[in-house]
Amino acid sequence: MTADFTETPRVIERPTWSTKETSEGAQELSFRDETDSAELGREVGAVLRLEDGKVLDPAQIDFDRPDDETMIINMGPQHPSTHGVLRLMLELDGEVVLRTKPIIGYLHTGMEKTGEELTYVQGATNVTRMDYMSPFHTETVFSLATEALLGIEIPDRAVWIRTLMLELNRLSSHLLWMATNGMDLGSTSMMIYGFREREMVMSFFEKTTGLRFNNNFVRPGGVAADLPDGWEDDVAVICDTVLARSFEYDDLLTGQPIFRERTEGVGGLTAEEALALSVTGPLLRSTGVPWDLRRTMPYLAYGELDFDVIVGTYGDNFDRYALRLAEIRESIRMIRQIIEKMPSGDYRIQDPKVTPPPRGRIDASMEALIHHFKIFTEGFKVPEGEVYAAIESPRGELGCYMVSDGSSKPFRMHIRGPSFVNLQVLPLLLRGGLLSDAVACISSVDPVMGEVDR
Amino acid sequence: MTEISLGALSGVPTAAGVGVDQIAFPDRSSYVATIAGLKDAAFEMVTDLCCVDYLGHPGRTLPDGVTAERFEVVVNLLSLSAKRRVRVRVQVPEGDAVVDSLFSLYPGTEAMEREAFDMFGVRFDGHPDLTRILMPEEWEGHPLRKDYGTGRVPIQFKEAPGPR
Repeated sequence: MTADFTETPRVIERPTWSTKETSEGAQELSFRDETDSAELGREVGAVLRLEDGKVLDPAQIDFDRPDDETMIINMGPQHPSTHGVLRLMLELDGEVVLRTKPIIGYLHTGMEKTGEELTYVQGATNVTRMDYMSPFHTETVFSLATEALLGIEIPDRAVWIRTLMLELNRLSSHLLWMATNGMDLGSTSMMIYGFREREMVMSFFEKTTGLRFNNNFVRPGGVAADLPDGWEDDVAVICDTVLARSFEYDDLLTGQPIFRERTEGVGGLTAEEALALSVTGPLLRSTGVPWDLRRTMPYLAYGELDFDVIVGTYGDNFDRYALRLAEIRESIRMIRQIIEKMPSGDYRIQDPKVTPPPRGRIDASMEALIHHFKIFTEGFKVPEGEVYAAIESPRGELGCYMVSDGSSKPFRMHIRGPSFVNLQVLPLLLRGGLLSDAVACISSVDPVMGEVDR
Repeated sequence: MTEISLGALSGVPTAAGVGVDQIAFPDRSSYVATIAGLKDAAFEMVTDLCCVDYLGHPGRTLPDGVTAERFEVVVNLLSLSAKRRVRVRVQVPEGDAVVDSLFSLYPGTEAMEREAFDMFGVRFDGHPDLTRILMPEEWEGHPLRKDYGTGRVPIQFKEAPGPR
């Protein structure tokens, strides 16, 4: 029997559920003729009402532009350059980006809701998973907010250990950024070197806290454990090695013509735009605004450290690269001072209501056993009130707004993630640039999606 | 440090907060005017805007003349030149959960207002693109409301006997 080739070809029907599941409806970028003027105006940059006269004239918006001249493409959420699950919809005219819309929420796990169900003792475990590149910062801001509500002062050594861990964490976060930024621009050597140096810091974290990240080390009332014996030597080796190698990065990237061509003048941002869009951190400083909470509103031991606030001039991608490289060196300078100044004493507050008793005392003292039991079952009660605490994370102002109703769980725990706010700058950075530079711009914003989506 | 006058807050109930200089409690009608006054008083940036659902905790401490409502929109303003913060708390009733958007004053609040809308269902009048931001578009309900229950997945161990 011969095969019958006249048979109609098999048509595979596209299952509707597979496309429906990924559609975000009105959150997506729509065609020009389907977008109302307010939204389109925002997307093309009229958002920036800096001062009178600088508002983009609506007449300049090309509403009638036929859609077949431009193309809307989808980048992400699984694109490697988006460092996680960031999805961008871009409207392109040839290779030039006209409009951009970030679509987020793919990593949303309701951590603020979870935070309301956990006690203050358990809360640090939750928040440390938000910004997984700088877990110590989120733990610290949570602990600072809780301590402000409790009205307690933590011992000196705890303050300095926290400062040390925060600066080491900034080092590791910036090193990882150097690595991924290099990779996005095609320098795979930089990727390997950045991860290599970061690994030294991670090993120290593992030695001190037991974990490489998601440490749950900084807790309300102090830190979980004292530094290990010989920590000064470990940290000194990290400082020496990373400082020496940061000058190798200069050789590899800073003076390299291809790298400069791809970063200089790309993704420009002005100070007025940055302030209007609530941008903080290296992005704001790259525009020349010397705003660093460590200097301007000192917390922990930063008031006693000698360091410089690095600022840029042009607010382009190269400035942000150079600024982060310089911040690595400033962090090393601070860490060296911390080694000199580290006081001795308790690493957590000796308040039985807040701090669990040491293991040895539980066997000997009934009271210690009760305190231990109460802290880990019910948690400690925090007076009624509300507070906003903020610190400078490697990405910008990391805030924690906490409301307490007098129970042992936060009534509301809101984390102001710097990446979440900074992402709003992407449509502006990408506008009018080339698609290939979009990758460099996303990288220079340094978004951590765990913190964006929370 | 530059001293700035907070004339913008005259007539608005205020209180001293933990860690910030001042908390202001304007009502909904004077909310945007208060923020505009603060913008003129060199508060260059809105660092944070979030919402709180006070269902189940109505007896919180508020200054005289402020009626507690279910929702509260909390705006944290920062002055870079004077190095100080001011927090603005607006009461939003449950039946008419709408406030004016700050978008025209501070474009940076765009994503924050979308998040507050997504999580609490408080609408921001004048926002150019008030859609959900974190939850899927077809999601029903607003997860951070206090009457929105949390789900639980029972832990099931591989070798455990089934439910009796």
